[in-house]
Amino acid sequence: MDRRKLEEDFCRGLMIAATFVVGGSLFAVFSVVILKGAPALSLSMITELPQGGYYLGGEGGILNAIVGSLYLGLGATALALVLALPVALFLQKEYIGNSRLGRLTRLSLDVLWGVPSIVYGAFGFIIMVYLGIRACLLGGIIALTLLELPIMIRAMDEVVRMVPQELKEASYAMGATRLETTMRVVCRQALPGLLTALLLAFGRGIGDAASILFTAGYTDRLPHSLFDPVASLPLAVFFQIGTPFPEVQQRAYASALILLLLVLILSVASRLLTRKFNKYVVR
Amino acid sequence: MSVFKPHISVHKLNVFYGSHQSLRDITVDIPEKQITAIIGPSGCGKTTLLKCLNRLIDLTDGVRLSGQVLIGGVDIYNDKNIDATCIRKRMGMLCQKPFPLPMSIYDNVTYGLKIHGVKGKKRLDAAVERYLTMAGLWEEVRDRLESPASRLSAGQQQRLCLARSLAVEPEALLGDEPTSALDPISAQHIEKTFRELRKDYSIVIVTHILRQARRLADYVIFLYLGELIECGPAEDVFGRPKELKTQAYIRGEIS
Repeated sequence: MDRRKLEEDFCRGLMIAATFVVGGSLFAVFSVVILKGAPALSLSMITELPQGGYYLGGEGGILNAIVGSLYLGLGATALALVLALPVALFLQKEYIGNSRLGRLTRLSLDVLWGVPSIVYGAFGFIIMVYLGIRACLLGGIIALTLLELPIMIRAMDEVVRMVPQELKEASYAMGATRLETTMRVVCRQALPGLLTALLLAFGRGIGDAASILFTAGYTDRLPHSLFDPVASLPLAVFFQIGTPFPEVQQRAYASALILLLLVLILSVASRLLTRKFNKYVVR
Repeated sequence: MSVFKPHISVHKLNVFYGSHQSLRDITVDIPEKQITAIIGPSGCGKTTLLKCLNRLIDLTDGVRLSGQVLIGGVDIYNDKNIDATCIRKRMGMLCQKPFPLPMSIYDNVTYGLKIHGVKGKKRLDAAVERYLTMAGLWEEVRDRLESPASRLSAGQQQRLCLARSLAVEPEALLGDEPTSALDPISAQHIEKTFRELRKDYSIVIVTHILRQARRLADYVIFLYLGELIECGPAEDVFGRPKELKTQAYIRGEIS
């Protein structure tokens, strides 16, 4: 009897400790970024392009990287969504779910999920060399889309699989086809989860540096077409923190803070926008 | 055996899940515009038989089936011109646990209508009122048709599911233990509605509650371990069961 209680308390202690380690690390990362970055944050930083000598401590801002990251992140997430949703829905048991093709698809996606992002960057780079285009917005978007796809599809697949079979049967029982059931019932029921998948992929995409290093390039200007090189916040952080000047390093933390806020704002905004639909979800 | 006009005829139906045989050589006629109760201990194939009647069984993994199910004389499995979706439209279904669709009360009722091409707000509005009234839910929800169906109580949800099924104008209603997840009052509501609907629809319910079968059924089918043991008018099966197994089941000796 005593042993069981001890077991219970010990494991509960472990869970609490683990939760604190996780929560604590997150808190530590946030605090460092905020403490080091907030003093360097200014209006000019988010509204101006870098001027000459910016990376040596000169005047200007990182508007180029903010706009670039938004273009890259939103572009890649939109492109990934167009590809990921149909695949995730096709992985339902009514289509290829439990077949050999379905299992193979899931396995490939799990492997792709584990591929380091620099590999996507290198792959994208080779394709671009082959096509004869230089580092540009389009190249970055494609590399990031490849990076985001496995995450988005698998996350969506998991939520779509959570839709109760009885709910689908209720729709089929009224004579609905697979497509009608999928579009009108499954997607609505899974909407909050699908959104989470989207944000997960967006967060991974907008924060990634390695895959866009060769494919998107870096520039102090704003891009005017898909074929212009484009700056990004992760690379702005990377370049600024690598300089020997303390004030520029501080700007790196400020850039990281902007990246954090960007992801935060977009997450909260999209949650608010879809809240209207969430109340219909059947529990 | 009394003579009646069969609506659904099952002929030598065998169903296998993988290597397990769930139904063996079932041959039975289900009468038109009466309430038929399928009774039997759990795991005897009641739900499987019911799902065969609207081809919902097709959705189960690894299922194999032989034999015939005739609805209004047409073989719904082997006739080339038959589409599963149009069979399912004709056979309304009520599940064990109510599953409202993830949308408003109004949209739940119009869901089936819309997918079958009914348009126009006036027609849809009229249908919503008509079928919610038939299911005995109209008075309770008329002021909040736009609120999410998931906020209704379980009993109300089941009546909404009934209204939703009725809206596509089926010719029969199938109920898979439709009251077992409900409180007694809601269960009575559903039973009352079934009795009222009997004059227009053939109703088939699966139930493990013998008293419910006695209260509702005109015709009874008793299954045991995938085999049809006895079927006939309710008064015969309950009053003078022929088979020993039926007698034992009705006395509560096997369950």
